[in-house]
Amino acid sequence: MLELHGYGWLLFDGLQLTIAVGLCAMVVAVLLGLLGSWGKLADHWLANVVANVYTTVVRGVPELILLLLVYFGAPTLIQSIATSMGYDIRIDINPFIAGTITIGFIYGAFATEVLRGAFQSIPKGQAEAARAIGMHQIMVFRRILLPQAMRFALPGLGNVWMVLIKATALISIIQLDELMRKTKIASNATHEPFTFYLLASFIYLGITLVSMLVQKRAETWANKGVMR
Amino acid sequence: MDFSIVWQYLPKLFAGAWVTLWITVISLAIGLAFAIPLALARLSKNPIIYSPAYLFVLYFRGTPLLVQIFLIYYGSGQFRNELTDLGLWGFFRDPWFCGILALVLNTAAYSAEIFRGAISAVPRNDIEAGRACGMSGLLLFRRITLPKAFRIGLPAYGNEVIFLLQATSLVSTITILDLTGISRQLISKTFAVYEFYLTAAAMYLVMTYVLVYLFRVWEKRMSGHLQTRVVTTPR
Repeated sequence: MLELHGYGWLLFDGLQLTIAVGLCAMVVAVLLGLLGSWGKLADHWLANVVANVYTTVVRGVPELILLLLVYFGAPTLIQSIATSMGYDIRIDINPFIAGTITIGFIYGAFATEVLRGAFQSIPKGQAEAARAIGMHQIMVFRRILLPQAMRFALPGLGNVWMVLIKATALISIIQLDELMRKTKIASNATHEPFTFYLLASFIYLGITLVSMLVQKRAETWANKGVMR
Repeated sequence: MDFSIVWQYLPKLFAGAWVTLWITVISLAIGLAFAIPLALARLSKNPIIYSPAYLFVLYFRGTPLLVQIFLIYYGSGQFRNELTDLGLWGFFRDPWFCGILALVLNTAAYSAEIFRGAISAVPRNDIEAGRACGMSGLLLFRRITLPKAFRIGLPAYGNEVIFLLQATSLVSTITILDLTGISRQLISKTFAVYEFYLTAAAMYLVMTYVLVYLFRVWEKRMSGHLQTRVVTTPR
């Protein structure tokens, strides 16, 4: 049995924060994904360009660089712009918000691709039929397109979630007290890094396994009405 | 915004990019050598063979790479005496060894899963035809199954290569001066935060899309005659 020297609760605290950041970032990612997939499928060249640049750039740059850029780069950039305009301000970004936004922003690009595929796999006739019945564009989206797209997107979004929750480990680098950082604190205090990093890895593995189970349930639930 | 400071340190950044590419290639090569036996073990019907392979793949795909790197680099310190007795401490003290080991194990697990899918997707007819020609065992695998599986798995493997290229940025956390590590070092010296990170991001972007292009060309060469439509998803 693992001897934790009373540091087990520290990891539990970290786990809570990891899940909180993960869930918030997932919400950001899905919202950006909806926006991005709309941008990709819209009949507007500017929306197309913005959405394509977004997914291309985000998927081509490591998460760590983007995270450091947002957390350390953005405040410096804003400050130097403010200084050049004659203001003297200091900005500190809260690591929770920086982490949530960055992780959400990165995985929003992956969610964009998933949702784009999902919207495209809905037969065009359905939206046309809904329009013919007299539904407004927004109502078509809410009643016809969104529920079906979510069903098609479920496997892909589950995939995104599992990569995302693992990526939250990076936020420890910007000093947020999530699981990884708590693990570092515990392993420094006890001089038993292997024990604690192993435990942390099993906790992440547990999150992955639970997520897989939930995803399977959710897919069965979502596909209940579909004949196979 | 002042990029002139970056200009001065550009050779250093290129050296960092070279390290990034080098780590990627080494890890991929060794990882691939592990991945194929691992994929075969996963496909075995014997539980003594497939369950360790299954657990290995599950562990390395289900936990963050950062934890794996820290577990090997910092975690090995806990067994310093034992490792010294075995004469292995020299390896585990070295961040390069630990970083590459973690990347190798990680990419081996992901690639094994890709090749497992690809091997089981090889059409039965091809294998039957091979048998009809008198091939069996290793010869059949080497001549028929593996080349076909490689072609099927190539698009997904291309994605894995790109993910690995980006994942190498994590080795900067254990003092290796790859592109990310060099940028962080130069920033602590010059305080030009976003200038260096933006330049590094641009360099990663170029490396990524050059790789994407190369894989696309390779796929075309290998399966152009089949004209299959390729669907890629994030891992």
